[in-house]
Amino acid sequence: MTPDLMEEGARVREARAVRQAPTGKTESGGRKAGFSRIATPGEVDVTHGRILYLEDVCVSFDGFKAINKLSLDIAPGELRCIIGPNGAGKTTMMDIITGKTRPDSGTVFFGSTIDLLRHNEPQIAQLGIGRKFQKPTVFEQLSVFENLELALKTHKGVAASMRFRLDSAQSDRVAELLHTIHLADSVRRMAGNLSHGQKQWLEIGMLLMQDPKLLLLDEPVAGMTDEETARTAELFLTLKGKHSLMVVEHDMSFIKTISEIVTVLCDGSVLAQGTLDQVQADERVIEVYLGR
Amino acid sequence: MNENKISLPTPAPLLSRAGWSAFIVALIVVCAVAPVLNMVVPQGSVFHMSDYAVALVGKIMCYAICALAMDLIWGYTGILSLGHGLFFALGGYVMGMYLMRQIGRDGNYKSDLPDFMVFLDWKTLPWHWTFSDSFIATLILIVAVPGVVAFVFGYFAFRSRIKGVYFSIITQAMTFAAMLLFFRNETGFGGNNGFTDFKRILGLPIATPSMRMTLFVLTGLTLLGCFLFARWLVRSKFGRVLQAIRDAETRVMFSGYSPLPYKLTIWTISAIMCGVAGALYVPQVGIINPGEMSPANSIEIAIWAAVGGRATLIGPIIGAFIVNGAKSWLTVAAPEFWLYFLGALFIGVTLFLPNGVVGLVKKLKGGAK
Repeated sequence: MTPDLMEEGARVREARAVRQAPTGKTESGGRKAGFSRIATPGEVDVTHGRILYLEDVCVSFDGFKAINKLSLDIAPGELRCIIGPNGAGKTTMMDIITGKTRPDSGTVFFGSTIDLLRHNEPQIAQLGIGRKFQKPTVFEQLSVFENLELALKTHKGVAASMRFRLDSAQSDRVAELLHTIHLADSVRRMAGNLSHGQKQWLEIGMLLMQDPKLLLLDEPVAGMTDEETARTAELFLTLKGKHSLMVVEHDMSFIKTISEIVTVLCDGSVLAQGTLDQVQADERVIEVYLGR
Repeated sequence: MNENKISLPTPAPLLSRAGWSAFIVALIVVCAVAPVLNMVVPQGSVFHMSDYAVALVGKIMCYAICALAMDLIWGYTGILSLGHGLFFALGGYVMGMYLMRQIGRDGNYKSDLPDFMVFLDWKTLPWHWTFSDSFIATLILIVAVPGVVAFVFGYFAFRSRIKGVYFSIITQAMTFAAMLLFFRNETGFGGNNGFTDFKRILGLPIATPSMRMTLFVLTGLTLLGCFLFARWLVRSKFGRVLQAIRDAETRVMFSGYSPLPYKLTIWTISAIMCGVAGALYVPQVGIINPGEMSPANSIEIAIWAAVGGRATLIGPIIGAFIVNGAKSWLTVAAPEFWLYFLGALFIGVTLFLPNGVVGLVKKLKGGAK
């Protein structure tokens, strides 16, 4: 085959891929899973209906098995709650997904083509996984606006940062987000002077600025007032569908408001999975929570 | 959405109106007022600026460039370097080599080679002196040598994610090791005597009032230029990423930035600034020796920045003037107390003025309102 014939063939296939644009109606984004689709590097492929796969992941710290043959998967647009007693491995699991901790064995995939174990933290963030820490982590010496501006999805190299200027579409996005996270009145305030709940929101806002496909949220409502918690639940429910969310929380009433499927982790692996009522009725879950 | 009408902060100008006025005043003082006071006003007049004062201020301006460089890496990026004296000395040594070659056959031994080489019974110039005859090559090396050393050191240190106190200790060890290396005669840098007895620069005699003034003006212009450049850097998004690295490095990583190139860039820029300061310093004071690489010198740079106020740019420059002004006065008035004073100053600033002199001024202004 001559090179120009191959090129033409590639064009035809690409045109076909465009025609079969996703409708968003099914779990796989409307597309049929098929062979010889064009895999674009850096693009998350969710045609198999899963945005995150963890399989047989093991990590041990000095002999202590923090994660023990953990297998878990999340669908695109799903809001998954993770609960579990202290030391169950919830934060370690997030460390593995975001590249902070390397597992001893197992596979971690983002979509069906991206092997997360081959990427480091900044690359994983660029691919579209945002993470909120247990303790709110914002840039305390910078203003709320500057915090959001830094998180904005754009080129993140040194030269690009030196030349960077906010364009009008980007400032609209910042303004819109400031309303979403209820911080429109505090644009110029130092992030360090915000209340605990406001810092939590600012951090969530910073995640959203990155336009992530998957959000990992570690205790997002800790330290929030009841009103703030209710607003956060509302926010998460609007995010569901557009983004995939994985929420680790201890606040059961918050989970009741937002959850569809709850996964219970214990001793580094999945103990039970189902609706909140189902897992709360599960004998083993009651046992690990109440002790024997 | 019409409720979206929030006024987002616009990017800050390079300097405020008042800032530009002060900048232009400083420019006039350096380029016009000081030369006139020194060279035109007669010696008896109260307005005369003595040669001693020119030399002193010129020297302190070199230190101020170092303090500014320290502020970029410590004040803005949160990386405390206790080895910046090395970069200063490297720039100084490159300039010193050129000045040694400019002596020509006017040395004590009337040889083509610098005196110390004749003394060591060397017959030819060592390889690393190859470019020391060319002024252009010297200018390039003044930037390149500290830049490359900093880049290589920084790459390995930052890639291994060495942080905080560990990084400071390693930089301290680095400058100490370099000092021991430069003390050795075989290294070819004049051993513990270093380089001195300079005669000419660009073929012109070096110890004349007009040359001293030229170097003074050059140093002043370099300081002002470095200040503007630093200001441009820190008010860009690049500068805000640096501050973000200082405050929460993990968040920076999880926001998609790789901290390594950022740290490496500012670290190298900072080292180059110090090197340039060292190159301006050597012809003015007329000597460079390994003592400049002693750990105490590097620590002093950090003290200037801390006294003036970290992360303010103008603070470290003020700090360099305050500490060195006090030093030159105290070493004459009460030489035995100078080190106690320096120690007390550092403790006092750490305890009572965490934001330095500039922080104090800001606080007083805020209180007056």
